[in-house]
Amino acid sequence: MRRNVLPGLRLSLGVTLFYVGLIVVLPIAALVFKAASLGPEDYWRIVSSARALASYRVTVLAALGATLFNLFFGLALAWVLVRYRFPGWRLVDAMVDLPFALPTAVAGISLTALFTANGWFGSILADFGIKVAYTPLGIMIAMCFTSLPFIVRTVQPVLEDLDPALEEAAQSLGGSDFAIFRKVILPLLTPALLAGVSLSFARCLGEFGAIIFIAGNQPMSTEITALLIFIRLEEYDYPAAAAIASVLLITALVMLALTNWMQSRALRYTVRS
Amino acid sequence: MSATRTGRKPPRVGDAPVFRRLLIGIVLVFVALLILAPLVIIGVEAFSKGWAVYRDTILHPDTQHAIMLTVLAALIAVPVNTAFGVAAAWAITKFDFRGRRFLLVVIEIPFSVSPIVAGVAYLFVYGLQGIFGPTLDAWDIKILFAIPGIILASMFVTAPFVARELIPLMQAQGRDLEEAATSLGASGWRTFLSVTLPNIKWALLYGVVLCNARVMGEFGAVSVVSGNIRGQTNTLPLHIELLYHDYQAAGAFASASILALIAVFTIIAKVALERQGAGRVRASDPSAANPAEKAL
Amino acid sequence: MKIRLDHVVKTFETFRAVKDVSLEIESGELVALLGPSGSGKTTILRMVAGLEYSDGGQIYFGDQDATDIPVRDRGVGFVFQHYALFPHMTVAENIAFGMKVSKVKREKAAIEARVAELLRLVRLENLGGRFPAQISGGQRQRVALARALAVDPKVLLLDEPFGALDANVRRDLRRWLREIHSELGITTLFVTHDQEEALDLADRVVILKDGQIVQQGTPQEVCRDPKSAFVMKFLGDANVIAAEVRDGKAYASGATIAVSGLADGKAELYARPADLDWSLQGPGIPASITRVLDRPDGRRVLATVETGEHLEFDVEPERAVKAGDGGFVTLRRAKVFAIG
Repeated sequence: MRRNVLPGLRLSLGVTLFYVGLIVVLPIAALVFKAASLGPEDYWRIVSSARALASYRVTVLAALGATLFNLFFGLALAWVLVRYRFPGWRLVDAMVDLPFALPTAVAGISLTALFTANGWFGSILADFGIKVAYTPLGIMIAMCFTSLPFIVRTVQPVLEDLDPALEEAAQSLGGSDFAIFRKVILPLLTPALLAGVSLSFARCLGEFGAIIFIAGNQPMSTEITALLIFIRLEEYDYPAAAAIASVLLITALVMLALTNWMQSRALRYTVRS
Repeated sequence: MSATRTGRKPPRVGDAPVFRRLLIGIVLVFVALLILAPLVIIGVEAFSKGWAVYRDTILHPDTQHAIMLTVLAALIAVPVNTAFGVAAAWAITKFDFRGRRFLLVVIEIPFSVSPIVAGVAYLFVYGLQGIFGPTLDAWDIKILFAIPGIILASMFVTAPFVARELIPLMQAQGRDLEEAATSLGASGWRTFLSVTLPNIKWALLYGVVLCNARVMGEFGAVSVVSGNIRGQTNTLPLHIELLYHDYQAAGAFASASILALIAVFTIIAKVALERQGAGRVRASDPSAANPAEKAL
Repeated sequence: MKIRLDHVVKTFETFRAVKDVSLEIESGELVALLGPSGSGKTTILRMVAGLEYSDGGQIYFGDQDATDIPVRDRGVGFVFQHYALFPHMTVAENIAFGMKVSKVKREKAAIEARVAELLRLVRLENLGGRFPAQISGGQRQRVALARALAVDPKVLLLDEPFGALDANVRRDLRRWLREIHSELGITTLFVTHDQEEALDLADRVVILKDGQIVQQGTPQEVCRDPKSAFVMKFLGDANVIAAEVRDGKAYASGATIAVSGLADGKAELYARPADLDWSLQGPGIPASITRVLDRPDGRRVLATVETGEHLEFDVEPERAVKAGDGGFVTLRRAKVFAIG
């Protein structure tokens, strides 16, 4: 432990702890307290009600689908942005951040406009009998949009920093492109991919604004968990809102811990000469 | 002979022309469908009823009020979160203390928690059902379903933005400069202003820009705590929802176009700041993607 | 496998890294490419490997034109400066990589046997299960060599093989690499900026400057007969004394030396510290001692000539010399190069 020679520890740490305490810890503690005051039986009855279970199911399935799509598309996009130069690549690189910058409500209404039966995409898909808006597929597409940058932005820097000599070594040893990608590049990207996947998945589980416009919000089929909480609030059923919100909160904290752990694993190979 | 061969490079993995073109093509199509199209349709829909309807929507008192409220929320939440971010980064990177790593994880919590959960959590602090609710009600102080609630919820959602930009950078820069300045007799503020700040200004601004974009666009948390009172507690995103559900799609998209424009400017500012080196520490170091790892 | 470079040229952007280099490396030879940074030595090595393509000229492996053969088909073993070991694979997996991805399918048992054999060769029998991050720099170097040798390369190429190691490890590995070379007899080309390393290890040294070969030969040839002031200076410490050439003789403040093939005019006389001696009587170059540095194997004397030039030379440990002494520097041998 180094002795502190710089000034300002008390002030800066005091401000930090006060603010984190007031803004972050207090509300979360209040929520946990509220949920805990329910008693195990009531709590369990609420969080395992058929409607809640259905909401978990559609949320988790759509989040899995969206994350899986983003895993492939995000990797391909990161690869293209790092390895190839083509007219407009800077523009594409900047556009990747749009889902982060665009407010979720705006994304929600514009995706809905695109995918309703008479929208640009919806009308084409309708010809093939595919309905997107107001179906679980719409939820998935909204999730894809809002969580797309996570995987791209976690993989991109790792791919950029990949030592070119590793690839050259693999080439000099006779490896084909496919073998080098599968055995050398992909394993080195895996920690970043997993970290991106967990960030993306966590974001999908909690997403609200982008989804409620495009989802049909029908109980038991297209009602996501975040919306169910909102509905319980509007019904002034505060215990139920607290209980279901605590489920999302716990999931989020587990995902945060998981992401942290994965990112520390991502450091495993960074011992460089 | 030599002239035609100049600049040839041995192919790297994935450089086969067919594969390369195919992959670029696929990616560009998806980028156009998934990212570009939603942006384009905002403009198309906003003007679908003509310029007059667009102008009327923007100039409508309710829209104007929503814009004012959104700006007000940003004017308060962004500076407060900036001050917090600087304080947190200074404490975490310039000193060693127990629980530093834990503090880093706690600061990150708002990023992983659903905005709806955040809104509900605030309800149980300041609402009538909450810890302080009855007391506040007795004193006739309105926080929830009023402007303070909107600002508090916005502050929760965006609390980590500035801190997470500064911490990896200040961690990488170490303490030598500040220690040198202190040993030369500079006060703490002087050290911060003349030694630390010049080195972190771009990253600070970067965090501020991202924080601002998120405050202005926050929907979920704000919709829980605002009470959605038209002309009173409606921020711009909430106003969009209201218009949309009122079957005024053109009006909703007109309001959305303002936020979309802010998003585009945010990205332009982001790219410009990245050219100044902001956001780089993270870009070149996977460990810094999460400041918690850097601080060990 | 004999390697031949025929008028090879390489330009990066506008910088001509390699200018018209022709070079032959005999089968089984161990050759060093020696030069300061920016001399193009690494670029030449990478072109031989196929990691860069030349802009002009041809590279032949035996009688085959290898100029356009991609690296993966060229059959070279390349040892990278920082080893480029795959960090997510164990030592054994690193060594086995080339055999596993090869178009020639091998039995699993055969691969394992070969890995064990290579681990024995590089004396890392017990470290097969370790990851690169868990072993020392010298051990990584040996793994990199074993990995390159695993695919039975026709040619072995090493880029600054000992550059990242500390002095003691370097010396050991140098001897050991020489032994491996004698054992396997594989044509080997390595790059270094360390003249001692090149002279210690190589059968033949190729000295490069600004993308061109300035001299090549056995260590004995280049040491005994440097053809230019650059080579003289680059190979080791050298004293420089201004001189004048007249009628086949070089005159330098009090010393005279016979030269051949030099036109009359100003020149420079180069002498190694061991080429100079100290005596109290003339003839010689009058000088006074400014400092004496004691070293394990002798005494290094720093002296100043009347004209202001500084000289360094070595005397036996017993010799009683001290700062302030006056006397004469005598020449045992020297090289004279015309200026310019």
